Amino acid sequence: MACVRHSLLTASELSFSARARAGGVRGGGGRRRRRTLWGLVPGGIVPWSVAALLAVGGCTPSPASRGGPEQPGAVLQWGGDAEGGAPFVEADPATPDSMRGFDVEIAGMLAEGLERRPRFSQVAYASISASVERGDYDVGLSGVEDLPELRERHSLSLPYFEFREVLAVRAADTARYRQLSDLAGRRVGTLGATMAYDMLLAAQRAHGVVPISYDDDVHPYTDLADGRLDAVLLDHVIAERALRRSGGFVIQPTALARGHYVAVFARADSALRDSADAILRARMADGALERTFRRWSVWDEQQRAHFDRVLADEPTRAVASVRAGDRGLTRYLPALLRGAALTLVLSCLAMLLAVTLGIAVAAGRVYGPPVVRVALTVYVEIMRGTPVLLQLFVLYYGLSNVVRLPAFLAAVIGLGLNYAAYESEIYRSALMAISPLQLEAARTLGLSEAQVLRLVRGPQALRLALAPMTNDFVALLKDSSLVSVITVVELTKQTAIYATNIGSWFVPGVVCAFLYLALSLPLSRAAIVLERRWSHP
Amino acid sequence: MSAPLSIRGLVVRRGTQDVLAGVDLEVAPGEVCALMGVSGAGKTTVLRAVAALQPFTAGEIRIGAVALAPGRLLSEARLRPWRRAVGMVFQAHALFEHLTVLDNVTLAPVHALGWPRARAEDVAGTLLETLGVLPRAAAFPRELSGGEAQRVAIARALAPDPPLLLMDEPTSALDPARRGSLGEVLRSLAREGRALVISTHDVDFARAYADRVAVLSHGVLVESGAAETVLTRPQHAATQALLHGSPEGEAWPA
Repeated sequence: MACVRHSLLTASELSFSARARAGGVRGGGGRRRRRTLWGLVPGGIVPWSVAALLAVGGCTPSPASRGGPEQPGAVLQWGGDAEGGAPFVEADPATPDSMRGFDVEIAGMLAEGLERRPRFSQVAYASISASVERGDYDVGLSGVEDLPELRERHSLSLPYFEFREVLAVRAADTARYRQLSDLAGRRVGTLGATMAYDMLLAAQRAHGVVPISYDDDVHPYTDLADGRLDAVLLDHVIAERALRRSGGFVIQPTALARGHYVAVFARADSALRDSADAILRARMADGALERTFRRWSVWDEQQRAHFDRVLADEPTRAVASVRAGDRGLTRYLPALLRGAALTLVLSCLAMLLAVTLGIAVAAGRVYGPPVVRVALTVYVEIMRGTPVLLQLFVLYYGLSNVVRLPAFLAAVIGLGLNYAAYESEIYRSALMAISPLQLEAARTLGLSEAQVLRLVRGPQALRLALAPMTNDFVALLKDSSLVSVITVVELTKQTAIYATNIGSWFVPGVVCAFLYLALSLPLSRAAIVLERRWSHP
Repeated sequence: MSAPLSIRGLVVRRGTQDVLAGVDLEVAPGEVCALMGVSGAGKTTVLRAVAALQPFTAGEIRIGAVALAPGRLLSEARLRPWRRAVGMVFQAHALFEHLTVLDNVTLAPVHALGWPRARAEDVAGTLLETLGVLPRAAAFPRELSGGEAQRVAIARALAPDPPLLLMDEPTSALDPARRGSLGEVLRSLAREGRALVISTHDVDFARAYADRVAVLSHGVLVESGAAETVLTRPQHAATQALLHGSPEGEAWPA
C-alpha cells in the first residue's frame, strides 16, 4: 500500500483551471510520461521488435506474445507513485530524476530476470491497477495491496512482502484505544481505497467508528497529533515512517490484520506474471530480496516466515475481503446520494457566504475610502490569482496551529472566501452599470446614500448579476469536489471510492454525472424563470 | 413654505473655463420661469446646481431660509431640507426601471419622509389622476410612452410636495398636442403657489406658458424679463437668434 503524499505540485496541476475544471479526480498519471515509441502500437506495450515481427507476419498482437522470449535491449515499463515516498518509491534526493526504494529494486530484479531494462512511469497510486489494464506500462509496483477484487480483475504476482495493519493513537490514549471496537463514535483516519479503509467501513457498521478518508498518508498522522483524529489505521511500514518523521503518537503493538504487497499485471498478461513469480521466488531463495528489505529497514522475522510459506507453496490467500459480495449500484447508491446531499449543502452554504461577503466587498470597493478599496482589491486579486486547492490546504493544514477548523467548516469557509472574490467582481460591475442618472434622480428625491443603494442601485444591480451568479453557483457545485483533499467525502470522492472498489469508472461516472446535472439543472431553470419574471413583469 | 428662489453671482468653473460666469436669477412663488438659450449655453448646469447635483465655484443659491454655498456638495444628511424644497424632472425622466409607476411615486414619501404607505399611495393616486396617468399605476416604466413617462416623472418629483420644481427640456420629446397639455399642467402647478424653472429652447412654448424668460448665452444671463416683453422685443443678439431659429452669433438676416 502506499503512500500518496499529496504534494502541492499535484495540487496546482489539479486546479489548473479554477473556473472550468471537471473535478478532483486523478487518474492516468502514467500516461504523461509514456514514450512515443510505445504509443505507436495498439495497447502501447508490445516492444518494437515484436511489433515489427507481427506486422510482417500479419498477425494481430495477442497478449500471450508479451510473455514470449525477450529481445536484448527491450524495456520493462513499470508504473509506481513517487509521491508515495520511501521506502516504496521516492525520487533520489541526490539525483531527483532517478528513483529509489524497495519497489524500485524489485522492479530492477524483475527487469534483470527478463533481460530488459527497467523504465519508470509515474502514476497516481489509486490509478496503478487501472493504468496497467489500459496498457500504460507492463507492471504496477508501488505497495499495491493483495485484495480479492484485484485478483478478479488483474493478474497479480505472488505476495513479496507481508504488512500489518496497525493502529496509531496519541500517547495519552494508549490504554484506551487498542482495538477498533474501542473507538465507537471516534474519528479514525486512513488512506482511501485501501484495505484499511475497508476495515474502517466495516468497523463503522459494527462499532460506530467514524472513518475519515485521506488522499495521502502523511496528513492522517499530523491530524492525529493535532487532535483532529483519535486514531489512524494504516500499514506498519507507513506508520513507522510517520513516527520517525514527525512523531506525536504511538503505534499499538498488536496488528489488527495482515496483508501483502504484490505486483499487478494486466489480466491478459498472466504469462509475464508467471515469469515475474519465478524471478521473485528465486530472489527470495537467494537472499537478494531480504537484502533489499534490510537496506530499507523493513525486514523482520515475520518476513522470513512469510518467505518460507511462499517458497513452500503454502497458499498465501488474499486477505478475506470485508467488502460485501454485491458490488452493484444499489449498494453504492445510498452513499452516492449522501455524497450528493453533502455536495448540495456544502455548495449552498459556501455560496451564501460568497454572496454575503461578495456584496460587502463590492460595496466597499465602490463606496469605501481609498485604503479600504486598496485592501479589498488585494483580497480579490489574491483569492482569484491562487488555486482554491492551495487555499483549502492553507486553511485546513497551514493554519491548524492557530485555528483548528473542522473539515466541513473549513470547506465552506475556503470555498466561500474564494468565490466571494468572484461574486464581488460581478456585483461591482453590476453596480457600475447602473446609470448615474438613476442615482441622481434618487438623490433629488431626498433618499440617503444608503437608501439609494438599498432601494434603487442594489435591486437593479442584482438583476444584472443574476445570470453570472447562476453560472458561478453551478461552477461552485463542481468545484466543491476539491474539498476531498481536506477529508470531506462529497459526491465526486464517493464516486471515486465506488469506482475504485468495482474497478470501473463507467457506471459510477454516469451516475455521478447524472447526480450533478440533477443538482445544477433545476438551479439554471429557476434562474431563467426569475430572469424572465424580472424582464417581463 | 413658499419662498422665492434666489440665485446670485453663480459661477461654475471647469478647469479654466467658466461654464457659468455669474448668473443672477429670482423666481417668485406662482411663477413659471423659462430658462432659454441654445444647447451649451448653460441651462442644464443652472438646474443641476439648483438641484444640488453640481457643485459651484462662487455665488449663492437660496430658497427662503436655506441656502447652498460654493465648494463641495454637502452630505445627503445636511442636504435634506434642500431636497425637500426642490423637485427635479430629468430630460430622460430617469424613472426607476425595477419599480411600478405607483412605487416610483411613493418611494420618496415612504422612505425619505417616513409617511405610512397608505398616505403615500393616496397622495400618489391623486397626483397620477391629476396628471392623467392613474390607469398606468401598475405598469413598469419601460411599458410607458414618452408622454406618460414624463407625467409619472412629474408626479414622482411632486410627491414630497416641493415648493420649487425644476424641469430640464420638458418639451423636447413631445408632439404639439402634448406640449399644450404639459403647458396646462405647469400653469396649474403655478396656481398652487409653486415656483417652476424649466429649461427650453422652444420659443412658442415659453411665450404661451411662461411668466418670465431668462436668456443664457455662453454662461452669462444676457436678458431677463416678462415673457411677452423679451420674446416680442428682444434686446440681445442671442435672444434674437433664438427667436429666428438661427445659430447664435450669425448675422441677423435682413
